[in-house]
Amino acid sequence: MTVTPGHPRSRLDPEPVPRRDFLGLLSFWTMATTLLFATLGMLRMPRAAVLPSPSKKFRVAIPEALPPGEAYVPPGRTTAIFRDAQGTYAISIVCTHLGCIVKPTPDGFECPCHGSVFARDGAVVRGPAPQPLSWIKVEAGGGTVVVDEAATVAAGTKVTA
Amino acid sequence: MRRDGAPALGQFAHNLREAPRRLREAAVRGGRPTTDRTRSTFVFNNVFLHLHAVRTHRWSLRWTTTAGLGIASVAAFLITLVTGILLMFYYKPYPDVAYDSMKDIHFVVPTGRFVRNLHRWAANVMVVAVILHMARTFYTAAYRAPREFNWLVGMALLVTTLGLSFTGYLLPWDQLAYWAITIGANIAQSPREVTDALGVTQAFDPGGLQRLLLLGSDTVGEEALIRFYLLHVILLPLIAGMLMAVHIWRIRKDGGLAKPPDVDARLGDPPPATYPVFTEAPTKTYHLAAIVRGRTPAVGGGPENTVPSMPHLFYAEAAVLMLTLLICMALSLVSDAPLKELANPLVPENPAKAPWYFLGLQELVAFSAFMGGIGIPTIVLVGLGLIPFLDREQAGTGVWFGGPGGWPLVRNSIAVGFAAALILESFAIQFGWLREWVPGIPQLVITAVNPGTVLTFVYAAYSLWLVRLFNSARAGALGLFTCFLCGFVVLTVIGTYFRGPNWQFYWSPADWPVH
Ligand code: HEM
Ligand code: FES
Repeated sequence: MTVTPGHPRSRLDPEPVPRRDFLGLLSFWTMATTLLFATLGMLRMPRAAVLPSPSKKFRVAIPEALPPGEAYVPPGRTTAIFRDAQGTYAISIVCTHLGCIVKPTPDGFECPCHGSVFARDGAVVRGPAPQPLSWIKVEAGGGTVVVDEAATVAAGTKVTA
Repeated sequence: MRRDGAPALGQFAHNLREAPRRLREAAVRGGRPTTDRTRSTFVFNNVFLHLHAVRTHRWSLRWTTTAGLGIASVAAFLITLVTGILLMFYYKPYPDVAYDSMKDIHFVVPTGRFVRNLHRWAANVMVVAVILHMARTFYTAAYRAPREFNWLVGMALLVTTLGLSFTGYLLPWDQLAYWAITIGANIAQSPREVTDALGVTQAFDPGGLQRLLLLGSDTVGEEALIRFYLLHVILLPLIAGMLMAVHIWRIRKDGGLAKPPDVDARLGDPPPATYPVFTEAPTKTYHLAAIVRGRTPAVGGGPENTVPSMPHLFYAEAAVLMLTLLICMALSLVSDAPLKELANPLVPENPAKAPWYFLGLQELVAFSAFMGGIGIPTIVLVGLGLIPFLDREQAGTGVWFGGPGGWPLVRNSIAVGFAAALILESFAIQFGWLREWVPGIPQLVITAVNPGTVLTFVYAAYSLWLVRLFNSARAGALGLFTCFLCGFVVLTVIGTYFRGPNWQFYWSPADWPVH
């Protein structure tokens, strides 16, 4: 279509972008955007905001007879608690490779799943584990200790009562 | 309303008498499938049958073309579908309760054990059939243009099939299930191996997100079970079903199965007893074919060597279905699906083994979680997906081991593939790997250099050499695919039969220490 100056466009002339096409495109893209945002919104749902797992903090009494440097794993927990001359400390027994439960041995820890071996301080000796076992936060008080499996501390941190 | 002046009641009685006939006509539109023509109408008037072309080339019907493997995959899927619905009558997706319901199914429910066995075996048969089917389409170069898209749909089906099997593995909630899923979920988290080494996990943690989405929690528990159940019984079966429909319909749109250009000469005349090859002149012509892009059934080969899909193709499909069912039933009668002790989150199964088709990966994961579980599978999938786009050659389409080099090349590649995998594995088993020699070596070095990546590198170098030697991408693809298949077999066999407690190497389970 050409618009000649001084000659106003007639209603009968075709429009530059036909109105139908324009409205059609507009509604199509409105729909597309709506669906996009609806999808993004829905994608948020499977990601839990509050994790349903039970509390990771617990209080436990260490057996009196526990020899220094020997592991005590409270029933149902995944932390080994130790006591020696410098104090009390705890090391996670969840393998840093793929999450199996490692077994405390006299020389450290062994993982049954792919054979990672850790030293007594949790350092990787051999096997595929990419990280040392983490040290867990302990607060000692009286005869019992409070262990927070969700909180890690620097390796070598020992507390005294 | 009165017609022809007939009394309404009379008309009514007449309609009532006619109702059964009209019902039959409404169901079987186009008449009984007794002639070539009505059979064709029957096929393309039925939404399920019309996924097939109305006529099938004789080449496609030869056992040596497909070995029936695609249909065997469909058949195994249908068996899992039926038996799976039956299992859902009793299965309860809640920790511990799930285990009890599995025990009920196994020991109390009438035919429960057999149905469960059938479900488990059909799932395994499906994985085998899909892998072999992929190998057959690869070795007959059936992925080439215009079938690139169908190759990709096939890959999506491969991933979906593995996903279905893996999600099903958790449902019994026994030790086997629990620890396999724990390991699987941590593999999903293993990008942390890299982000941790780079020290960016705080800011960028795709691994943690993947694991969180999979488990819905930070441990394998009820949330994880519900998620896996949802994926296993609804989401993945729906996806698989839709992809299968597209996949099979695409075959028709791509002009039937791939065949060599000189197919007519290879086939010769149809045997005199072939029933019927054009007993009537076709009344339907393929005018539409003109506007559909690419090759269609009528283009590029006369109808001379085609036979009506009904009954020829359908008989063949039914035969494969029955054979698959027979195999699954026989296996289910001989061997029970495993059920170990109730899941115990504190005592890992030792050795904790994934389903057999993942044991090759588990073998690699035992060196580097990220490379074995995510890196190398991704490389393999991307490589597979690229094949039809890199191999744009013509020679050998539709022929077994077609292409430059042919069978001798594949034979040599089998030798190379097995040798490289065996040598590398024996070396690593005998002498250990980097961390055993250089304690304190950075994790990134191990992630980058481990038996898995070395093997991938050797295979890739070998196949690049083949590309140069034969001056052909197809030759390289033949070598690479064969090598990876051999590597998969070696790693899977070692993972399945030669790994015992603590993932140590043992010649036989009889040597395992008692624990
Ligand atoms: C659940 C999985 C699958 C099912 C049910 C399935 C089913 C089928 C069927 C019934 C056919 C007809 C020919 C035959 O039986 O061989 C076929 C052909 C084909 N499939 Fe699959 N398939 C699956 C997975 C795959 C995979 C993993 C690939 C490759 C990555 C693939 C690639 C192809 C190609 C390229 C063709 C065409 C072959 C030709 O033209 O000769 N499919 N599929
Ligand atoms: S989970 Fe411990 S070595 Fe793999």
